[in-house]
Amino acid sequence: MADILADPVSQEPDTAPEFPMPRAARCPFDPPPALKELQREAPLTRVRLWDGSEPWLVTRYAEQRAVLGDARVSADTDRPGYPTKASPDAGEGKLSFIMMDDPEHARLRRMVTAPFAIKKIEALRPAVQRIVDGLIDDMLARSGTVDLVEAFALPLPSLVICELLGVPYDDHAFFQDSTKTMVRTTATPAERGAASREVAGYLAELLGKRIADPRDDLLSSIAGRVTAGEIDHRQATEMALLLLIAGHETTANMIALGTLALLEHPDQLALLRETDDPKLVASAVEELLRYLHITHLGRRRAVTEDIEIGGQVIRAGEGVIMANEIANRDPEVFPDPDRLDLTRDARRHVAFGFGVHQCLGQPLARMELQVVYGTLYRRIPTLKLACPLEDVRFKDDAFIYGVHELPVAW
Amino acid sequence: MKVELEADKCVASGQCVLAAMDVFDQDDDGIAILLEDRPAPELLDDVKEAIAVCPAAAIRLVEQ
Repeated sequence: MADILADPVSQEPDTAPEFPMPRAARCPFDPPPALKELQREAPLTRVRLWDGSEPWLVTRYAEQRAVLGDARVSADTDRPGYPTKASPDAGEGKLSFIMMDDPEHARLRRMVTAPFAIKKIEALRPAVQRIVDGLIDDMLARSGTVDLVEAFALPLPSLVICELLGVPYDDHAFFQDSTKTMVRTTATPAERGAASREVAGYLAELLGKRIADPRDDLLSSIAGRVTAGEIDHRQATEMALLLLIAGHETTANMIALGTLALLEHPDQLALLRETDDPKLVASAVEELLRYLHITHLGRRRAVTEDIEIGGQVIRAGEGVIMANEIANRDPEVFPDPDRLDLTRDARRHVAFGFGVHQCLGQPLARMELQVVYGTLYRRIPTLKLACPLEDVRFKDDAFIYGVHELPVAW
Repeated sequence: MKVELEADKCVASGQCVLAAMDVFDQDDDGIAILLEDRPAPELLDDVKEAIAVCPAAAIRLVEQ
């Protein structure tokens, strides 16, 4: 691996470790051991990417928050030094405001913040509870081994984001296939581009329909911005695509991987199975977000002016990667960080990122996860893994970490 | 102690509302609103938590 990825133009022997690093085979929930080493040694270090470039890797919590909160770092993937990855947006254009800086980022983001306000998300909780109960009913009506991803973890967030956006859920097989390709690191840029263009085309057409005939949904609200001349059709499509993708893989993987982590920590699972205290459930959600941290390839930025972070000057034009998964295991902030403890106060985790780009959908994700973790194990108290842990296929090959399937029985 | 909120910086994450519901709310677009700029002392810990979790550094406490 090292030989293949070595920088062919470098004249000097290079000691920068490769990033990303492999996890330990027997610790599927823990960050790579090499990342832990780096964190112990220094808050910042150079790493080497697949293309031979050597951006800074920020491993500690305080320094990551400092970088992500600094207006002199850019989320624009076209900036010099932006750490390259095989990007999920390999189609045309940018994945809307997550790849822009203020003020344009703020202008576009504020167009879609309304439905994610806490009270509006709370108003959706009964509907989400009904969907969760219905999916569990359907699972219980089946016998033998059931794949929790296919039967529960993916349909729930998919149904919810489709309802919120106003995308027909009947088309879910099509866009779930495409979004899966878009987040698979082993897909070629051409494959990812094709998948992205397919869904974008679909959403562009749907937006056209909502422009002509608005309804009470987020897509119609975005369509209204087009009609008002605030954005063009392409920007609207990119925004819809971002919301559709973000609503799918993230929550689905948190549900499936979270369930597996709990099945492997029976004492913690018992806490959830035996409580009806919403505070404990909410705390459990924060701890699982911290402990699992499914966005495992880091958050990336380009520095636009020299900045000093953790005693290190980062020059304009250099790239920075925040390895959020290891920041969430920083012992300075979370004592005994490798222990899954649903009763700890984990709210300050950076699983949703930090700074102006922090996840827009986090209130929705939190509420969905609270309903799921507060319901699933109470309704199916005998839930168990239906294969050896060694047979579970983990998503080391995706931008969002999780499991490909989770065979369960009860 | 007085709470100050820079609504221009707010990214509508709702973190402050979750941390200190008696001090912060959101407008129709999710942008934070200050309900009480001089909260009772027993709410100060919640306000400090809101400051710590605000992704946009839009909240601060000033001596008065």
